[in-house]
Formats: sequence, C-alpha cells, structure tokens
Amino acid sequence: MACNSSTCNSSGCYKEYEEEEQHKSKTRAEVKGSNIRQNLCVKCKSSEPVCCGIGGEDSRFCKDCFKNNLYGKFKQAVTYNAMITPPDKVLVAFSGGPSSRVLLQFVHEMQYRAQKNYDASKDKSLPVFGVGVAFIDESSTNSFASQQIEKAIEDIRSIVSNLAPPSKELFVVPIESIFSSDGIDCKERLKKLLDALGDVTGKEDLLIHLRMLSLQKIASENGYTRVVLGSCTSRIACHVISATVKGQGYSLSADIQFVDSRWEIPVVLPLRDCPAQELNTLCSLDGLKIVETPNGPFSGINGLVSSFVKVLQEENLSRECTIVRTAGKLTPFHFNRIPEIQDSNVPSATRRHHRRHGLKSNGSLSSESFCAICNSPLKKSNSSSSLTNESPQPSNRFVAACSSCQFQILPKDPSLMEQFLPLLPHPMITRAKHGDRGNVSSLREQIQDFLLSDGDDEI
Amino acid sequence: MEADTKSKKPGARLCCACNQRRAALKRPKTLEQICRECFYAVFEEEIHQVILENKLFKHGERIAIGASGGKDSTVLAYVLSELNRRHNYGLDLFLLSVDEGITGYRDDSLETVKRNELQYGLPLKIVSYKDLYGWTMDEIVKMIGLKNNCTFCGVFRRQALDRGAALLKVDKVATGHNADDIAETVLLNILRGDIARLSRCTSIITGEDGPIPRCKPFKYTYEKEIFSTYAYFKKLDYFSTECIYSPNAYRGFAREFIKDLERIRPRAILDIIKSGEDFRIATSTKMPEQGTCERCGYISSQKWCKACVLLEGLNRGLPKLGIGRNQGLNSDAKKDVKEDGRTKSIESKQCGSLEF
Repeated sequence: MACNSSTCNSSGCYKEYEEEEQHKSKTRAEVKGSNIRQNLCVKCKSSEPVCCGIGGEDSRFCKDCFKNNLYGKFKQAVTYNAMITPPDKVLVAFSGGPSSRVLLQFVHEMQYRAQKNYDASKDKSLPVFGVGVAFIDESSTNSFASQQIEKAIEDIRSIVSNLAPPSKELFVVPIESIFSSDGIDCKERLKKLLDALGDVTGKEDLLIHLRMLSLQKIASENGYTRVVLGSCTSRIACHVISATVKGQGYSLSADIQFVDSRWEIPVVLPLRDCPAQELNTLCSLDGLKIVETPNGPFSGINGLVSSFVKVLQEENLSRECTIVRTAGKLTPFHFNRIPEIQDSNVPSATRRHHRRHGLKSNGSLSSESFCAICNSPLKKSNSSSSLTNESPQPSNRFVAACSSCQFQILPKDPSLMEQFLPLLPHPMITRAKHGDRGNVSSLREQIQDFLLSDGDDEI
Repeated sequence: MEADTKSKKPGARLCCACNQRRAALKRPKTLEQICRECFYAVFEEEIHQVILENKLFKHGERIAIGASGGKDSTVLAYVLSELNRRHNYGLDLFLLSVDEGITGYRDDSLETVKRNELQYGLPLKIVSYKDLYGWTMDEIVKMIGLKNNCTFCGVFRRQALDRGAALLKVDKVATGHNADDIAETVLLNILRGDIARLSRCTSIITGEDGPIPRCKPFKYTYEKEIFSTYAYFKKLDYFSTECIYSPNAYRGFAREFIKDLERIRPRAILDIIKSGEDFRIATSTKMPEQGTCERCGYISSQKWCKACVLLEGLNRGLPKLGIGRNQGLNSDAKKDVKEDGRTKSIESKQCGSLEF
C-alpha cells in the first residue's frame, strides 16, 4: 500500500487506531529530536551526513554509507537473481547518463573485487567474469548532433579506459548498423523507416526497440552472455505509466523485472530499486563523469508521462517507488528469470535437456507469442488482437503485433504495409513472418529426441 | 470542443456516416467528422451494444439510476429511458439521489434532479446524510477541515446509495461513471499502490455477490462526448458546478494528466482501461473476505464498516479516526456514485496516502 507509516493495522477496531496514533507521534518526535541534535549519519552514527536519500529527513547519510547503501542494492539484485556468474561475459549498455555511469562503476567495482580474489586464490577455480561496454550512437537520427557526438564518444572512451584493470572492450556502434547485411545505405534505410511513421511517440518507441536490437547484436556477435541495463526506479516508473497509457497492461510485467530472458542474450536490470535522485547524488559525490549525448528529451506521450511523474515526485518523494512497487505485484512471465544452463562443465546431454526446459519454470510448454516490433508477449484470449484487424486487411500475410505497435508504428493502409515491412531490421521481419515465434522451434526441440530421421515415420 | 463545430465553411465537409448532412462536429473519441443526427445515433447505439455485450440488465428488472443532477447522471437517465423504450429492455427505472447536505452545491443540483423526474417521468427517491448518519457534509467539514472530507463523503455516499436502493427494492444500481473516471481510477490505484482495487476497478459490473450489484453503462463513453456534445446539443438540463469542497483531491493529478493525454492521443483513455483489464494480477489478491459490520449490519471486511468507524470518530470528536493508517481493506470497493462531472472524490478512502 502507499501508506508511509511503518506500522500497519489490519483490524478495524477503532481503539487500536487511537493508541497507535499517540504512540507513533511520541516515537517520531524522539527519533527526530535525537538525530537533529547529533547531526549524524543515520546508519553509522559517526560521521557527518552529507546527503539525503529519498526518505528525506529520515535518511541522511554520510558519503560512505550512502554509497554502500546504493552499492548494496546493486549487489543484492545481482546475487539474488543470479545475474552475473563467473563464466559470464556481461555487456554494459552505456548511454552516458548518470544511471549508466553508476552502473558501469558498480559493475567495474564488482569485477575488480572478483579479480583481486582470483589473484589471491591458490586454486584459481573461479574465473572472473568479463565486462564489455556498448554505446549506441543515435546521432544519425538527429540532424544537429554530429559535432557533439564526436566529443561525447571521446569522453566515453576515456571513461572506459580509466576503468581498468581489468580492461573492458568498448563498442561504439551507430544505430543504423542494425541493418548491416543489406546493400542500400544503412542511414538512408533508417531515415526511410522513421519517416514512414506519422506518430512521434511511435518514432521514439521504435528507436528504443532498435536500440535493444543493436545491443543484442553486439552481445551475440562478440560472445557476451548478458546485457546489463542501467534502468533505475524513475525510468521504470515512467515506463509503467506509459505502458498503461498505450494499452500495454498485459505485457507490462515482462519489462520491469530484474531479469528478462525473452531475448537471445538475457537482459538484466540491477539498478531497478535505485531512484534517479540517489544515482545523481552519487555521481556528484564521487565525481563520476556524465556524458551529455545529443538525444533530445522525449516528446509526445513519453514526454508527457515524464513530466507527470516529475510533478508527482515533487509532491511526494516516494511516489516513484510506490509506482514500481505496485507494478512489481503484477505477475511476471516465465521468461523473467535466468535460464538455468551455461556451465561448460555440465555434460552436453544435460545442457540440451536444460536448453529444452530452461525458459520454463515448471516444465509446461512455453507458448507465448510475441509482437514483431517490440517483442512484448501477446495476450492469447484476444488472439484476434494480434492480427492487424483494426483496419480491415486484404493482405494475406498477418503480422503479429501488439495493439500499441499496430497503432503507432505499423502503417494503417495495407498497401503501405507491403513497402514498410522490408524496411524493418531483419530480426523484426523474422518475428513478423513467424507469428508464434517461440512456439514452432521450442516445440520441435521438445520432441527432438522422439523424431525419427527423414524417411521413417515422424510424429 | 473543436473550434470549427458550428462555423460555416465553404466546401464544408460531409458527415462521414451518412454522407448527406454537413458535419457539425468532430467526435472526441475518433476525431471523425459527423453530423448531429448521426452522432446521437452512434452514441446511443454504442451504449446499447455495451449493455447487450456485457449483459448489464435483464428483462423486468428494477434499476435505480444514481442521479446527482450532473451531466453524467442526467445523460444516463435520458439515454437509459430512451433505449429502454426503443429496444424494449422492459426495465423499471428510478432516480436515486443522495443529499450530502452541502449548501450552495447539493441543494442546487437536487433541484435539477427534481426537474429530471418530471422531464423523464422517472420516480425519484432522495436519501440524505442527515437522516442516515445525523451529519451533513457542511457539519463534517466544519469539524474535520478540508483535508480528508472527500473520504467521508465517498464512504457515506456509497452506503447511502445502497440503503436507498434497498428502500426502492431495486435489483441493480446504474451509475454514470464514464471512461475518463475509470481511466483516472486505474492511474490512481497504480500511484497509490492499491493492487487489489486495481484488479476490480475496470469491471463494468461490481458487487454481484453483494446485496445490490452496480453497473457502469458509460464505461467506454468519453466524458467529452457526454458533456460538450450530447448534453450540449440536446440541451439537456443538468447542473455543472464543482463540489465546493473538492479542490485538494489527489484525483486532480490524474485528471490533469488525462486531459493532456487526450489532446495528444484521444484513444489513450480507452487504452488505459484496456491496460487495467489486462493487468496480470493473481486472483488471490482480488477479494477481501466479506463479513458484516457488527454495529450496523452493512457488508464489511473488518469488524466495523468504514462508515461506522468514521461516524464514531465524528461523534467522539476524533476527526482522524479511520484516516491514515488502515492497511486492511475496508468494506468492499468504495466506488463513488457519479455525481456531477466535477466532483473529485477520493476513490479509496482506506490507507494513508492522504498526505497533502
């Protein structure tokens, strides 16, 4: 509940309210009084506080405790969700902003400590996980960005090179390279694709989907096993509201968990419980450099939601946390956990077995179908809504897409659709062609062992 | 409304539905150009379809329409009696009004309802807070101030409606909650962490397992369509002032946002409702256990129903009683009766986010 009081009362009897009220006001006065008198960090009670967490008066920390508190949240998220294990190679998505800067710093620190342990250990049994950094350069979508982007990239290079040892590979990839394999100029194709969209919000969202595809591409081509995003509480709160507003209530719970394995390379969000305000504070406390990139602020629906959440946050500092906590009570999907495989010491038969069942928690068939554009799970009961039937479609091909993408990204006119689809990057086209993407291949894997070779009777 | 509703344009557009008459307005829901007659027709037909598809009424039922005199309930009364006649629903319709005792507001709007009684030929029953609880809202506000008054009003009104419905011996209560209201409620419940309410608030019928179920025929109807088009064009008699005690309601945030949203993308209101219906919420979180209040016998999930708790507070001079720290759910969903469109009552009076 949104109740800010630390005690809760389940009975309806009025007597309890009264006594509690008196008791609570007494203790609150005491605590407040003592803290103010001593002016000490609320955690270690020895140093002077330099900053506030979002709890306001009640969470004044000294620099070390503040940092440890934040790092602690990160570490707990990583451990509890098995996000990073020794043989992993993790790709940190870096945008230059404060959240990704803190993310990079924390991942580095974790790697650094692991390295020291490794160096100090005798048997060298636990290898250190690898870390790479990816920056997706979206300057081609933004006409006045070219000079600023050069400087930004330089800054990013120096940040990453300073975070060694252990050294980290940096990938600076223009977003249009998602179209790599085709002949026509990639920038042109991207421009054509974006121009085909009439809706501002649709454009912004499509770019976000392309960005994820870029990260996936870099990760899979370079042997990375995890993509790490710096999405913080504030970003996720905005996503909760904007997904609601776009009619994506069904798939919302898939996007806001710690782990998202519907992608080829699982995506993890270790900063999910860290508010942007605290991350900003940490950057200024620790002198962590933030790189300004010329991607403009959001407009359209995303911008509206952003300002709305800001207004709410001003009215009550814990509103973002409440929003994320509420959304956290929605039921996640089976792919919102780390698939249980990957150890190379495991025999291949076991691995195959795990691969078949890895994405499911209880052995039931995973039969989600996904939107071609945004990869969100489609609600089955309105199976007709996964077809483009909002406008009558004479075309024989159906494109599995969620209602939001159908409205704001896909063209309404079926004849335009014929021209539009080939503009999409390859992974989306593949998803569009095979409506139930996961279904056919995972089904086949399930029965792989029982299929006889060609020429014999097959199931 | 759009500026070009009534202006004469050279080469004026034709109605997109009949292609004969000149388009008089742009439909807020779809932005289509449409003439008045076709607009009335499609407006009424959509509501008729909602009633059919969701099986809101059965032939021969007695239905009380929660009537405040505001635009939503006035239009609801008008449309329901029209459709009842036109499509032979066979319903016995009544107007049920609640008098909270707010001078300069409720007494005026009640006059409107009394006029509606004559205009539509629907029998009217008025229940008042004074009779039921011994307190008017004016007296309550004098005692508790302007912070949590919407809580009291909402809780009391809910029970008042049920008691009035029982007196009228009706089978169902229909309220004028429109799409904007429900969208606001979905957002509010997200903002305030009320996952249980979130799972129920988009239902078009609620309280089916209780004494008197309620339904919202206007669930998919835009407030703008009710207000500046239907009521305006048909010159229906309604009352349109904001409740004088409401300016601080938290619902105002959500309302502002939705108004801005509607400007950019009108269908977003229905999308919010769709999201609300689609949220994956475990059924175990849905219903609190339902018992009865020890003091008054009304349905309650606690020992005392919320109204009794609040009343106790008032009578003992403890204005904060029942406000602010109740974690448990109280009675079942306390949905507001739709008063006039401007009442910004707090949907959930339980739990302490009344921190303004």
